[in-house]
Amino acid sequence: MMLLPCPWCGPRSATEFRFCGEAGEAGARPDPATATPEQWRRYLYLHANPRGWSTESWYHGSGCRRYFTAERHTLTNEVRSTTAAGGAP
Amino acid sequence: MFATSNGNGHRRNGNGTRPRGYSAWDLVRHGITGSDWPRAWREHDLRDHYDVVIIGGGVHGLAAAHYLAQNHGITDVAVLDRSWIGGGGSGRNTSILRSNYLTPDGVRFYDRSVKLYEHLAADLNFNVMFSQRGHLTLAHNDASLRTMRWRTEVNKLQGVDSEVIDADEVKKLVPYLDTSSDTRYPILGALYHPPGGIVRHDAVVWGYARAADAHGVHIHQKTEVTGIDVERGRVTGVQTSRGRIATGTVLNATAGWSSLISDMAGVAMPVQTFPLQAAVTEPVKPFLDTVVVSGTLHVYVSQTDRGELVFGASVDPFASYSIRGSLEFSEGIAGHVLELMPALSRMRLLRQWAGLCDMTPDYSPIMGPTEVEGFYVDVGWGTYGFKAGPVSGEAMADCIAAGRPPEIISAFGLDRFLAGRLVGEKGAAAVGH
Ligand SMILES: Cc1cc2nc3c(=O)[nH]c(=O)nc-3n(C[C@H](O)[C@H](O)[C@H](O)COP(=O)(O)OP(=O)(O)OC[C@H]3O[C@@H](n4cnc5c(N)ncnc54)[C@H](O)[C@@H]3O)c2cc1C
Ligand SMILES: [Zn+2]
Repeated sequence: MMLLPCPWCGPRSATEFRFCGEAGEAGARPDPATATPEQWRRYLYLHANPRGWSTESWYHGSGCRRYFTAERHTLTNEVRSTTAAGGAP
Repeated sequence: MFATSNGNGHRRNGNGTRPRGYSAWDLVRHGITGSDWPRAWREHDLRDHYDVVIIGGGVHGLAAAHYLAQNHGITDVAVLDRSWIGGGGSGRNTSILRSNYLTPDGVRFYDRSVKLYEHLAADLNFNVMFSQRGHLTLAHNDASLRTMRWRTEVNKLQGVDSEVIDADEVKKLVPYLDTSSDTRYPILGALYHPPGGIVRHDAVVWGYARAADAHGVHIHQKTEVTGIDVERGRVTGVQTSRGRIATGTVLNATAGWSSLISDMAGVAMPVQTFPLQAAVTEPVKPFLDTVVVSGTLHVYVSQTDRGELVFGASVDPFASYSIRGSLEFSEGIAGHVLELMPALSRMRLLRQWAGLCDMTPDYSPIMGPTEVEGFYVDVGWGTYGFKAGPVSGEAMADCIAAGRPPEIISAFGLDRFLAGRLVGEKGAAAVGH
């Protein structure tokens, strides 16, 4: 069983969470009102797929139902830090 | 690019050397004398130049090497693998072959592969044990039945044998299925695809390796690619753990690792790597002679010739390069298999494993040239690429020989994502592979 430390609920089984992909600058959503179709498709489809440390967004669906950012190593699944979206709890 | 000849994939049109055949007489002779069989492929020194370098020694890379040599006479080819051939998805899959996809592009493409598989054992002189036992995708609700009717019509238009059958007919084909109406997800019917089946995956890999080797292709195991040299938009070489190779043509056939290789050439791809797990039980007497898939229950079952039951599911819930199995998987799969076949409750799981899948947004592959001249991709094989090995090898060989993609893969280009021309196969590939 893999544990994921939720910033609000503490370590919980990874099955309680939903993986939401790349976080931060690279995964940022362009403004739909001004984005060109190409910019929008880049946002939808092109994401980094690193073998190593990755900064990503998770949702604690079966717990506090809040989003947070985690740094995870994609080869070992070790989680180095989690930060609450919008500041510490 | 290269001088092209027009082979159609059948061995009689080949223009290379064929490996010495295996025969019944050989079997008797080796049985009596106990002598070793000759090695199926050789080891070579790594040259500092090849006309074509193929990265990845799975079914895709090896098939491409074989058809480059056989159909196009291009034999100065190296296949590089960081570990051993068939150690990636090609040796970890559950070997389901079928062509009952959802889009006309997909159906046509996978149907060509099933056709190539049908005579592959004879073509490669290697028993690949293709067993066309029929493939059933169960429907547990009206929405699935609707999609299945749609799929059958698309399939029939492409000449692929496919039909929707009702629960009674399902019961006749698979007596051990619980088709009663007092289950959580009653079985309403199924999409039945008689030509679908399973194959011996290792044999396919070894058969292609042996045939490619006989044509003069160099297979280099334990040779990791660490960089790709690109000068003025053109590939000029490949850096490996055993030195540099100069080449003008590189094929990326590394499935789960493919975005790492494309990154080396500066080519961005819409690929995310997810683990996919599978498991087998102890062997029992034969009782299941079809492949049974349930998308609703996220599970599929088949029985190997040795009697083991092979169980599979959909990909793990988050992206990762880890190939450790999880307890959640075996627990989940056991529960779902029992909903389908309660009689299996006393069976024991023997082992479970995982492989890496390069998932694309539309559950279709990415094949053809890229913006870097000489750098080709045959990737995006997700959870469904073993069945496509032969047709992909054939098509990528055509593509490399001619310098442009042949018609059969024209829908699968890398440019389709930014152009918004996706080939949506999720409905037909998410669990069924
Ligand atoms: C559990 C499971 C079940 C599956 N079931 C099915 C199924 O029923 N039907 C089906 O059609 N498909 C199935 N698949 C998918 C199928 O296995 C793959 O799509 C297919 O095997 C991909 O083949 P390939 O030759 O492209 O890649 P692989 O066989 O993965 O080969 C890629 C090779 O690249 C090598 N490599 C990686 N990086 C480097 C590097 N830097 N340098 C050199 N070499 C490198 C690796 O060592 C590896 O051997 C399943 C997959 C899994 C994991
Ligand atoms: Zn929480």
